[in-house]
Amino acid sequence: MEFLDLPHIWAVFIAIAVMLYVAFDGYDLGIGMLTAFAFSDQERNMMTATIEPFWDGNETWLVLGGGGLFAAFPLAYAILMPAFYLPILLMLAALIFRGVAFEFRHKAVRKRTQKFWNAAFAYGSLVATLSQGLILGGFIQGFTVEGRAFAGHTFDWFTPFSVLVALSMVAGYLLLGTTWLILKTEGELRDGSIKWAKRSLIGTVLGMALVSFATLSIDPRVTAKWGVSMAAIDFSKAIYMLPIPLACGGLMVWLWKDLFSKKAPDWRPYLLAVGIFLTGYVGLGVSIFPYIVPFEVTIWEAAARDNALMLLFIGAAIMLPIILAYTAYVHSLFWGKVKEGDGYHG
Amino acid sequence: MEFDALLLSRLQFAFVIAFHILFPAFTIGLAAFLAVCEGLWLKTGNETYKRLYLHWVKIFALAFAMGVVSGVVMSYQFGTNWAVFADKTGSVMGPLLGYEVLTAFFLEATFLGVMLFGWKKVGRGLHFFSTCCVAVGTSISAFWILAANSWMQTPQGFAMDDEGKFYATSWMEVIFNPSFPSRYVHMMLAAFITTAAVILAAGAWQTLRRHDQKPTRWQMRMAAGTLLVLMPLQIIAGHWSGEVAHHYQPAKVAAMEGWWETKSAQDTVLFAIPDEETRSSKYELAIPGLGNTVMGLPKDEVIQGLNDFDGDHPPVFIVFWAFRIMVGCGLVLLGLGVWGCFKWIRGTIDKPGLFHWLAVPGGMLGFVAVISGWVVTEVGRQPYTVYGYLRTEDSLSPVSAAEVATSLLIFIVVYAIIFTAGVIYMLRIATSGFDDKETDRPKTERRAPGTPMGSVDDMGEKENSPAGEGDVSNARENVSKHDED
Ligand code: HDD
Ligand code: HEM
Ligand code: HEM
Repeated sequence: MEFLDLPHIWAVFIAIAVMLYVAFDGYDLGIGMLTAFAFSDQERNMMTATIEPFWDGNETWLVLGGGGLFAAFPLAYAILMPAFYLPILLMLAALIFRGVAFEFRHKAVRKRTQKFWNAAFAYGSLVATLSQGLILGGFIQGFTVEGRAFAGHTFDWFTPFSVLVALSMVAGYLLLGTTWLILKTEGELRDGSIKWAKRSLIGTVLGMALVSFATLSIDPRVTAKWGVSMAAIDFSKAIYMLPIPLACGGLMVWLWKDLFSKKAPDWRPYLLAVGIFLTGYVGLGVSIFPYIVPFEVTIWEAAARDNALMLLFIGAAIMLPIILAYTAYVHSLFWGKVKEGDGYHG
Repeated sequence: MEFDALLLSRLQFAFVIAFHILFPAFTIGLAAFLAVCEGLWLKTGNETYKRLYLHWVKIFALAFAMGVVSGVVMSYQFGTNWAVFADKTGSVMGPLLGYEVLTAFFLEATFLGVMLFGWKKVGRGLHFFSTCCVAVGTSISAFWILAANSWMQTPQGFAMDDEGKFYATSWMEVIFNPSFPSRYVHMMLAAFITTAAVILAAGAWQTLRRHDQKPTRWQMRMAAGTLLVLMPLQIIAGHWSGEVAHHYQPAKVAAMEGWWETKSAQDTVLFAIPDEETRSSKYELAIPGLGNTVMGLPKDEVIQGLNDFDGDHPPVFIVFWAFRIMVGCGLVLLGLGVWGCFKWIRGTIDKPGLFHWLAVPGGMLGFVAVISGWVVTEVGRQPYTVYGYLRTEDSLSPVSAAEVATSLLIFIVVYAIIFTAGVIYMLRIATSGFDDKETDRPKTERRAPGTPMGSVDDMGEKENSPAGEGDVSNARENVSKHDED
C-alpha cells in the first residue's frame, strides 16, 4: 500500500470529523447558550426540542475526534492532552452538566432544582464553548515540546490570543445555534432568532477578522505561507490563498442579506453559517499544515504505525458512509418545524 | 504514601472509570430488556409489555445520558493522564477504540434519538428496530473496549520497536487475546444480572408498598427467572476467567486466593486478613488442599505463591477482598433468583414478605459486584498497565500533582452532584409503580395546565399515535402521586 499516504489521509479524516463536530455540536451548544435568554419555560422547551433527538449523536463526533487522534496520531494525542489538561477538564465538566441537564430538566419537580438544571444547561454550553475556544487558541499558538512530551507550563494556553479565540467561538456557535432555530422553529421564536443571528453574525465577522490577523503575526511560517505580514504583501503567494478569505467574505454578505430578506428559505442561513466556519477552518488548516502539533510535530512524525492506520482506514471507509447515511436518515425523520408540545416527546 | 501525580492519576482513573461502568453495566442490560419487552409487545399485542417498556425507558434515558457523559470523559483520560501509555500503545489500542466509536457509539447515539423521541413520529417496526440498534450498539461497544482492556491484561500479537512503542503483528491475535473471550462473556452476563437485580428490587418495592400492578408482577417474574438462569452461568464464566488468569497472570490469582507460599495442594481461603508487611495472613479460615481443585488443576501441581514473585505482585489485601465481595454478591443474587422462582411456582411471589425486604437492597448487589470485579482485574494487573511490558509508573503524563489534584477534586464534586440527582430521579420513577390504566392515571399536578407540559398530558389522550395510545413522553414525564419530592 505504498501509494497511499495514510497519515495524510488520516489528517484529512480527522479534520473532517472535527469540522462535522463543529457544524453539529456547534448549533446545539449555541442553542444551549441561547436558552439563558429564553422568555419562558415554554420557549426554552421549544428551543431544546430542536436539538434533543440529535445532541448525543452530535457529541459523538467529538469522541471520534479525540479517539481518532489517539488512534491515528498517538504522539499528538500524548502531547496535546497534557498541554490542555485544565481546559479539557473544564470542557468535560461543562459537557457533563449540560448533557445530563437535557434529561434532568424535565425530571426535576421543585422550581429550584428546575432552575438549577436550566442554568446548568445554559452555562454548561457556554463554558464548553469557551474551553473549546481556549484549546483552539492555545493550539494555534504552538507548544513547548521536549523529546516526545509536552514540556511547557500548566497555563501556557491562557493568553490574550486564546481568550480572543474563545470569545469568537461563542459568537460563532451562537450564529450556528440561531440559524438552526430559524430552520427548526416558526413564529415569534423564529423572528427572535433572526435578530439574534444578526448580532452573532457581527460578532463572528469581527472575531474571525481579528483572529486571522493575529494568527498571521504568530509564526513566521504562517506569514510566509500567506505571503502577508504586517509590513508587506507578497502577491505571488497571496494570490493562491486569496480565494479563502474571499469566499468567507462572500458567504458573510450573503448570510447578512438572507437575514434581512423575507424570501430567503429557512434552511439557507444555517448552511451559510456552516460555510463560514468551513472557510475559516480551511484557512487555519492551510496555515498549520503539515503540523499536527503546530510548529513542532508533523503528521508523519506523529502517525501511528501504517498497519494501524490501514486497519482504521478500512473501518472508516466502510463505516463513515453508513454513519452519515443513518444520521441523515434520522434527521429526516425529525425534519420540519418543531411544534408546540413537541418539546417533550417529539 | 505520597500523593504524587502518579498516585493521584491512578485514583482519578479508578474513580472516573468506576463511575462510568455503573451506567454501562445497567444500560447494556436494560437496553436488551427493553428490546425484549417491545418485541414481545409487537408479537403478542399484550399491553403489559408495552407498559413495561414505557416505564423502563424513562429510567433508561437517564442512565444512558449519564453513561454518555462519563464515557466522553474516559476517552480523554488516556491522553490527559496516561500520555506515555497513549504514545506507546497507540498503534495497538487506538484502532480498537476507533472501531468502538465507528461501529458502536454512532449507532447507539443516533438511534437513541429515535428511541426516545420517535414514539409518535415513526411506525412501530422502525421504532422497534431503533431499540434493537441501541441494544446491539451497547454490546458492540463492550466488545471493543473489552478487547482493548483484555489486550492490556494478556498482550499478544504485537512487537516493540526500539523506542519501546508497541505495534501489532497480528490483529486477530490482538483482538482475540487469551483473556478476551472469558472477559466478554463474564462482563455481558454481569450487565444482564445487574439489570435483573434492579428490576427485581423495583418490583419488590412496589409489592411492599402494595401498589403493585400487572407489570410489576411480570417484571418480578422476568427478573427472578433471569437471575436463576444467568447466575449459574456467571459462576461458570467466572471460573473460566479465573483459569485464564491463573495461566497468564499467576500473581493476580495468588493475590485473589491469598496464597503466600509456593506449594502443591493450595488451600481455599474463605476468610483472612492478608498483610504484606508480615507476608502472611491473619485470622485465616481455609479449607486445606481444595485450592488446586477449584482452579481445575491436579492436586499435586505446584502453584507459585506471592512470596516468589520478587515483590512484583499486586496489592494483596485489595485484590483478595474485592474478589470475595464479588463472589459473595453473586451467591446472594443466585439465592434471590432461586428463592424468587420458588415463590413464583408456589404462587406467593406477589405477597409481601421477607423475600421482598431482601430483594430491595439486593438491587445494589450487581453494581457492587461489577465494581469489585473490575478492581480484582485492574488492581490485580499492577504494577503493570500492559501486563509484563509497561509499568504503571512509566505510563504517566508529564502533569503536576497540583493539576491532577484539581481535576480529581472537580470530578468528585461534579459526579457527586449528578449522581445524587440522577439516582433520585431514577428511584422516583422506579418506585412509582405503573399507572393502572393509561387513561385514568393520576394527572401530574406540577405543571400548570396551559404550560406545554400540561398540554402534552392532554394530547397524549386525545391523539392516537401510530404506536397506540399513550406515549413515551407521557410515561417519561408522569411522576406518581406517591412520592412528592
Ligand atoms: C463493558 C462495557 C464498557 C466499558 C468497560 C466501558 N464502556 Fe464506555 N460505554 C459503554 C460501555 C463500556 C456503553 C454501554 O456503550 C455506553 C454506556 C452507556 C452509554 O451511553 O453507552 C458507553 C459510553 C461511552 C462513551 C460515550 C459514547 C457516546 O457518545 O454515545 C464513551 C466516549 C466511552 N463510553 C468511552 C469509554 C472508555 C474510553 C472506556 C475505558 C476506559 C469505557 N468507555 C469503558
Ligand atoms: C470499566 C470498568 C473498569 C474499572 C472499574 C477499572 C478500574 C480500574 C482501577 C481500579 C484502576 C487503578 C488500578 C491501580 O492503579 O491500582 C484502573 C487503572 C487503569 N485501567 Fe481500568 N478499569 C476498567 C476498565 C478499563 C478499560 C476498559 C481500560 C482500557 C481499555 C482500562 C485501562 C486502565 C488504565 C490505562 C489504567 C491506569 C493505569 C493503572 O493504574 O494501571 N480500564 N482501572
Ligand atoms: C460467583 C462467582 C464468580 C466468580 C468465580 C468470578 C470470577 C471472576 C474472576 C476470576 C475475575 C478476574 C478475571 C481477570 O482478572 O482476568 C472476575 C472479574 C469480574 N467479575 Fe466476576 N466472578 C463471579 C461473579 C461475578 C458477578 C456476580 C459479577 C457481576 C454481576 C461479576 C462481575 C465481574 C466483573 C465486571 C469483572 C471484571 C471484568 C473481567 O475481568 O471479566 N462477577 N470475576
